[in-house]
Amino acid sequence: MFAAAPKLREAGVLGLNERNCEFIMRFNPRRLYPRVDDKVITKELALNAGMAVPELYGVIRNHGEAHEFATIVAERDSFVVKPARGSGGNGILVVTGRSHRKRSTYRLASGVLISEAEIRYHISNIIGGQYSLSGNPDKALIEYCVHFDPVFAEVSYQGVPDVRIIVYRGYPAMAMVRLPTRASDGKANLHQGAVGAGVDMSLGETLTGVLDNDIVDEHPDTGALIAGLLIPQWDFILQSAARGYDVTELGYLGVDMVIDRDLGPLILEMNARPGLNIQIANCTGLATRIAHIDEIHDPDAKPAARARAARREFAAERQTSIAFDI
Amino acid sequence: MKQQYVYGLAAFLAIVGLSVFGYKWRVLDFPISKNQETSVWTIESSIRFESGPGSIKVNLLIPTLTPGFRMLNENSVSRGYGFSLNYGSGGREAQWAIRRADGLQTIYYRISVYEDAGTDQSDTTPPFPPPPVINEPFKTAVDVIVGDVKEHSADTASFTSELLRRMNDPSPDPNVELLTSNAATRAEFVESITTILASARIPARMVHGLEMQDRQRNAEAITWLEVHDGDRWRYFNPITGEENLPEHFLIWWRGNEPLINVEGGSNVQVGFAVQENHLDAVTIAETQAAQLGASAIDFSLYSLPIQTQAVYSVLLMIPIGALVMVVLRNMVGIDAFGTFMPVLIALAFRETKLFWGVVLFTLLVALGLSIRFMLERLRLLLVPRLSAVLIVVVILMLIISLMSHRLGMETGLSVALFPMVIIAMTIERMSVVWEERGAVDAMRAGMGSLIVAIAAYVFMGMQWLEHLIFTFPELLLVVLALVVLAGRYTGYRLLELSRFKALVGR
Repeated sequence: MFAAAPKLREAGVLGLNERNCEFIMRFNPRRLYPRVDDKVITKELALNAGMAVPELYGVIRNHGEAHEFATIVAERDSFVVKPARGSGGNGILVVTGRSHRKRSTYRLASGVLISEAEIRYHISNIIGGQYSLSGNPDKALIEYCVHFDPVFAEVSYQGVPDVRIIVYRGYPAMAMVRLPTRASDGKANLHQGAVGAGVDMSLGETLTGVLDNDIVDEHPDTGALIAGLLIPQWDFILQSAARGYDVTELGYLGVDMVIDRDLGPLILEMNARPGLNIQIANCTGLATRIAHIDEIHDPDAKPAARARAARREFAAERQTSIAFDI
Repeated sequence: MKQQYVYGLAAFLAIVGLSVFGYKWRVLDFPISKNQETSVWTIESSIRFESGPGSIKVNLLIPTLTPGFRMLNENSVSRGYGFSLNYGSGGREAQWAIRRADGLQTIYYRISVYEDAGTDQSDTTPPFPPPPVINEPFKTAVDVIVGDVKEHSADTASFTSELLRRMNDPSPDPNVELLTSNAATRAEFVESITTILASARIPARMVHGLEMQDRQRNAEAITWLEVHDGDRWRYFNPITGEENLPEHFLIWWRGNEPLINVEGGSNVQVGFAVQENHLDAVTIAETQAAQLGASAIDFSLYSLPIQTQAVYSVLLMIPIGALVMVVLRNMVGIDAFGTFMPVLIALAFRETKLFWGVVLFTLLVALGLSIRFMLERLRLLLVPRLSAVLIVVVILMLIISLMSHRLGMETGLSVALFPMVIIAMTIERMSVVWEERGAVDAMRAGMGSLIVAIAAYVFMGMQWLEHLIFTFPELLLVVLALVVLAGRYTGYRLLELSRFKALVGR
């Protein structure tokens, strides 16, 4: 078992301790955390930088404002309610429509009908801090509900698939597509059972997937092949991720993007402590890529140049054949 | 650069901790293991007498200052007597009193002492004694002897030796013979010597003590001579004139007063019985520390009140638990709830013992979880819900205690010692994880917490470790150094090796 350590080291695999000690503590000063931990701030920063984010309909900051909910969504049929400081995709309510008979009854993404009172209870739970990391009082965001691009429709089970990109010192280092499964309950978090698929940085094409630390070729629910999907507007996605660094100044950053059918790639959120499963999804160690970025790092490079550098340097070693089970 | 600071700090802490430890262990002789034993002498003095018709008061002189020995404890066994310890002119006195008693009475006074060569005579320097009033012809004899001996001696010690030599001369000087002729007993003989020394203005006392041997049924108090040379007390064998104290010689009382004084009783007999035991060095160190005023002891935990010591013996193990947790979480990679929750659970296990601790903890958390899920349906806000869980936990504890008491299982009672806030928090955290990440993750983190708690309990319960840390609290600096080093450990966690196994060999 211990013999595995040098092999992992050789493969350039980044461990949790090393990630925390060498990168998060070094490049992510604590004072910058609110920029990514509070989605309201993240959105403002991104908007100021001219980046594409899902439109914010309104923020409910305390229990007294909860009644404003109906006003905020008066003109909308679909929207998302989420905690500003939530983690792991918890506390997110996706409303896709309203009941035909009664406008104050909403339809969730799962098809369940829910009353306005229930949504307001959910909002007060969010404000009470039920979903925030530390249990502190929180804010509830009401924002645009992404109509996701059909590119991943075959390989997701409900929920919103997203693209996670690790950005190291402004350079996109590694990417994966996170595909919700039945087990993950529509959430795109790998530890909740979502499938992660590695991405060829040069082409934006998905590689094999990983489910619970094991490599899979097919989506467990839909059975569709995970590999070989081309992510649209890949160049724009990489540039947006690279700009995430300029906005947050976090040297070790996870940028989560969704691809909207109409609006294209949008920045959903950013993360100061992105997980390490992305290495398994890509079958590649992060440490190697980080070391490479340290070599080519140019402090004056523009986001577009950094995105180009990532496409140039981090092409996946292509597998020559993919075994099909017939 | 930072790495070097960390190593430097860790090295500094470790060196400071280890050198203080080494000093206390090597120089101050603190016992390094709990099983080191020291011989302890227990002396029982039994007082027998026949009671008279009226009230009875018994005064016994007991050891006050005992060079070479330190008192561990003392007690008295007597039926119906009032007992008190007083300071009299001749040192400490034990006093027993009773309004009336019938027949033969026996009173026991028991003292335990242990040998400690470091015990110095902490007696004060006595004033020069006034010249004793002596009748003729003894006065002339004393004057002649004093004058004679003075000429043949240089200082107090040599004066005493010379005097003793003359007094014990088989063919004595007529003056000496005159003085010793009335001394029937050894005590009277020594008393006459102190009189002579007093005439020479040398402070001198009789000391009476026991030459202790194991399993002595009837030890005799023998009299020794104590002379102050202006600097310290010196001990002389009144017969041989040698300056020494016999081996295992415990000074019981000093002066001319009789050992025992019984008012209202007759036929008084005092006997001494001696027994040697081997006692734990720590017990002795504790007593020693309570009595010693040495500066090294002042900063030792043994100088704290016993109750505080008991608290600290537990508190000092918490860093050990923290170290265990650092290793298990950052090096092994076990998932657990909260930062210090497992250590606090481990503390609770100390009271309940491991098996029942695990059983009770699991039971409480399982019951609490199910009730927490019921509360979930009520849609309570966070703080009221947490409070509700806390109250439920308290009620559950109460029920478990009552039920186990009914069933005659006393272990259940110790459930009350469980930190209920910790349990309530564990339940809350677990239920949140349960909802967010599913039952598997919640169970895994719950099991992780339990495993870390058990490991912390095992280490925190190691007697030798507890002794070591309590006796040498400076070792905590070494623990701190280890934790600091672990803080810069950037290697893989043990469980990561299997997590990333898919990446090996590609």
